[in-house]
Amino acid sequence: MNDMTPIETTLKDWETDQEVRWCPGCGDYAILKAVQRTLPQLGADPKNTVFVSGIGCSSRFPYYIESYGFHTIHGRAPAFATGIKLANPELDVWLVTGDGDGLSIGGNHLMHVLRRNLNVQIMLFNNEIYGLTKGQYSPTSRIGTKTPSTPIGSVDRPAQPCAFALGSGARFVARGFDVSKNLPEVLKAAHAHQGAAFIEIFQNCIVYNKDVFHDFAAPKGAEDQQLWLADGEPMLFAGGTKGLKFDRDECCLKVVDVVDGDWEAAGVACHDVTNRALAHMLVELPFGEFPMALGVLYDDPRPTFESAVVAEKEQATTGKKADLAELFARGQTWTVGGTAQDPI
Amino acid sequence: MATLAADKPAAVAPTPEAVVVRFAGDSGDGMQLTGGQFTLSTALAGNDLATFPDFPAEIRAPQGTLFGVSAFQINFGSREINTAGDAPDVLMAMNPAALKVNLDALKPGGLIIADTGEFTKRNLDKAKYDSNPIEDGSLAKWDVLAFDISALTIEAVKEFGLGNKDALRCKNMWTLGLALWMFDRDRQPIVDWLNAKFAKSPEIAGANIAALNAGHAYGETAEISGPLKKLHIDPWPTPPGLYRTITGAEAVSLGLVAGAQLAGLPMFFGGYPITPASAILHHLARLKEFGVTTFQAEDEIAAICAAIGASYAGQLGVTSSSGPGIALKGEAMGLAIITELPLVIVNSQRGGPSTGLPTKTEQSDLYQAVYGRNGDAPLPVIAARSPADVFECAIEACRIAVQYMTPVILLTDGYVANAAEPWKVPDPNSFEPFPVSFQTENNNEGGHVLPYKRDEKGARPWIKPGTPELMHRIGGIEKHDGTGNIDYDPANHQAMTDARKAKIDGIAKELGPQGVTLGEEGGKLAVVGWGSTFGPIRRAVDNCRKKGMDVSHIHFRHVWPLPANSGELLRKYDKVLVPEMNTGQFKTVLRDQLLIDAKPFNKVSGQPFKIAELEAAIEKMLEE
Repeated sequence: MNDMTPIETTLKDWETDQEVRWCPGCGDYAILKAVQRTLPQLGADPKNTVFVSGIGCSSRFPYYIESYGFHTIHGRAPAFATGIKLANPELDVWLVTGDGDGLSIGGNHLMHVLRRNLNVQIMLFNNEIYGLTKGQYSPTSRIGTKTPSTPIGSVDRPAQPCAFALGSGARFVARGFDVSKNLPEVLKAAHAHQGAAFIEIFQNCIVYNKDVFHDFAAPKGAEDQQLWLADGEPMLFAGGTKGLKFDRDECCLKVVDVVDGDWEAAGVACHDVTNRALAHMLVELPFGEFPMALGVLYDDPRPTFESAVVAEKEQATTGKKADLAELFARGQTWTVGGTAQDPI
Repeated sequence: MATLAADKPAAVAPTPEAVVVRFAGDSGDGMQLTGGQFTLSTALAGNDLATFPDFPAEIRAPQGTLFGVSAFQINFGSREINTAGDAPDVLMAMNPAALKVNLDALKPGGLIIADTGEFTKRNLDKAKYDSNPIEDGSLAKWDVLAFDISALTIEAVKEFGLGNKDALRCKNMWTLGLALWMFDRDRQPIVDWLNAKFAKSPEIAGANIAALNAGHAYGETAEISGPLKKLHIDPWPTPPGLYRTITGAEAVSLGLVAGAQLAGLPMFFGGYPITPASAILHHLARLKEFGVTTFQAEDEIAAICAAIGASYAGQLGVTSSSGPGIALKGEAMGLAIITELPLVIVNSQRGGPSTGLPTKTEQSDLYQAVYGRNGDAPLPVIAARSPADVFECAIEACRIAVQYMTPVILLTDGYVANAAEPWKVPDPNSFEPFPVSFQTENNNEGGHVLPYKRDEKGARPWIKPGTPELMHRIGGIEKHDGTGNIDYDPANHQAMTDARKAKIDGIAKELGPQGVTLGEEGGKLAVVGWGSTFGPIRRAVDNCRKKGMDVSHIHFRHVWPLPANSGELLRKYDKVLVPEMNTGQFKTVLRDQLLIDAKPFNKVSGQPFKIAELEAAIEKMLEE
């Protein structure tokens, strides 16, 4: 995000005149509404806001937000965003990508935009499937996923988006899911972070991969499997009856029961968004044995890429004049006197 | 083409008009540096010149091997010089491998200067010599001046207390000193350069200067006997003005900077290291005060995508690469075409396919530039004919990109990128500015802005994000004519495809007529070229015309779209011959676009055409 004068807008101001073309019931609708609801709360200015996307269902997103939008090519949105931010660091840029777009064809660019720490918000809609190409398994599909390209079941191990982001050097990593009422808060935290803010949003593809996140992301009844993290707060879930404890001997997190709300007695640890080691453990928690860690997992800003580029450029140009005549004549020159005639 | 008339240079009188010298050694011997400094001294002496650096892809190939030989050829004279010369008059061979690799090129009767210190059994074996060529009489048709340059260098730098290895590093300066003596050159500019280069290690500067002086002194003393004679080449009578030498890589950088300034835009350059295009990234990275941002991307694709992103945000996006990298950029070029954003793509062509010959020159990416994208995806293609010409071509590419809202490909090649020639330093005020005006008002009163409403050139408005009230979305899906919204309607796709084509075709109308480079407008034979074949074609046509042949030279800068009169012009000749460093790509374009019977003449050896080869082809064509 950028420090700009807040603008008063409403949800309606962020809707375009375009008919939304996602399948009825797709999780993308909920995410779109969450974003349109969040932008006014951020005081965002439509004229300075740019949504950049790659290719896939998620990447149609820019067409539905009344701001500037650039629907680019498969996997490359981070590269376009880099050019946009370096050309105009004042723009507030959101990237929209998916598990195939961001982690398969565009994995390289995602890694580098995170490593460089470009000041953008990156929303990766993870539905563990290729939707727009009709249901092939994706790099986040679980082993055994049966699809037209894996009729007997996929055999390769899935990528973990948040672990990938941390490994790439991300300074902000968060998780949410499409129908979660907490999603706007997660988006706001991402926007407040100066630098590349990575948000994995679990999204239900109702046509090709229905309800794969049902165990923790069902609209109702899955709350006990959600661990919503808050900085400085105990890591509690299941209505405060369970929590995560750090086992010093085995150097890992363990689920403990909390009796009568006494989390301290149970040894439940508090979340610290600046603790990178803790973040690594949280993104790798196997679901089932553990709840799904959601909210802001890690948030520890560092100087942004574009600010470093701008600063270096300013330093390098201080006291220098942009004189083309001087530039053309750089190096060793010689003068030919006035008597010669053109030999050609 | 050098004109040392007699067999032995020593006996030459009067002074030749031009001389070709080739420095050849191990890739670690500093031959490119030696050549570069000799070029500078030649330029300062007022000769016209052309150079041809020819080096292996390996940075430090195993010492003494045939594939590790690096060479630098320079042709200089008191008349106009168009090429680096067909055959050297003088070969400086720093080891047996350098001699073996370059001997075939040497003119009969030419002079070989060889360092006997390197003609050891070990090095002879590496060069696959059964016996020492200096001693076995196999070099009889040339003059040979062989002596122990290594030992002489070590002796010359003794006082600086360098180790043997460092002392031998000064060998190239010793050789340069000798060359400076041979051609009656001033040593001072080289001394100044060495002092500046090694300002932080004065002993290294001192040793190199001592070696340079020793080589020079050797010439004076050795002149008394043997084939070595001093030659003075008179200056070339050039138009008055300020001059410098320039390589194509430098010229493209300066031209892009000038182009962006003339457009009134900051420039964003996205690049990824690749031979021989990296030099442009290196040059531009030092020109930040001209509003240049350089970005070394994670790959070729990111480099062009970031440049398109910058163009979208209102800067002049530029990317550069060589064939393999250009292939990777293809999809993004299509996006720039359909979103109609300005972009300049520089391709320093090299030998292909695949990795091919990274350090050798070729013109085989013309099909790729003109036809090489999915869908009907036309874009203008401009080709530069020489290092100095790249400057103007780069400005032209910037102008077309912003005026037509289109990506433009600028083709150079390894030869143009690396070769140097004298350049009359232009006056920046002599160029017509083409300032960009961004759209800031709604062009659709009462409705939503129309990002695809076209002007008289067929170009859409350039609207920067950040502009109030003009928010809109663009992308790679076919868009509605006018609004730019997604539109799959058959009639709309037809209309948009036609509009994109008409816009690019329309550029031809404002290009001005294609002229005749040398000769008459009509006749028996037109030799048609594009790109870096300019020098050899011009010299060959000139030579043939002097022999009385009816032949003219036509050289295209705009290879797509072709200037509007191209067909009419070429039909005025009985025959059309198209020499190219590929298997006939421009020939195909000419046949396709103009329906003329253009005949190919092709060479794909990684080396530029020799003038003699072209003269023979012209004679044959005229006889048929």
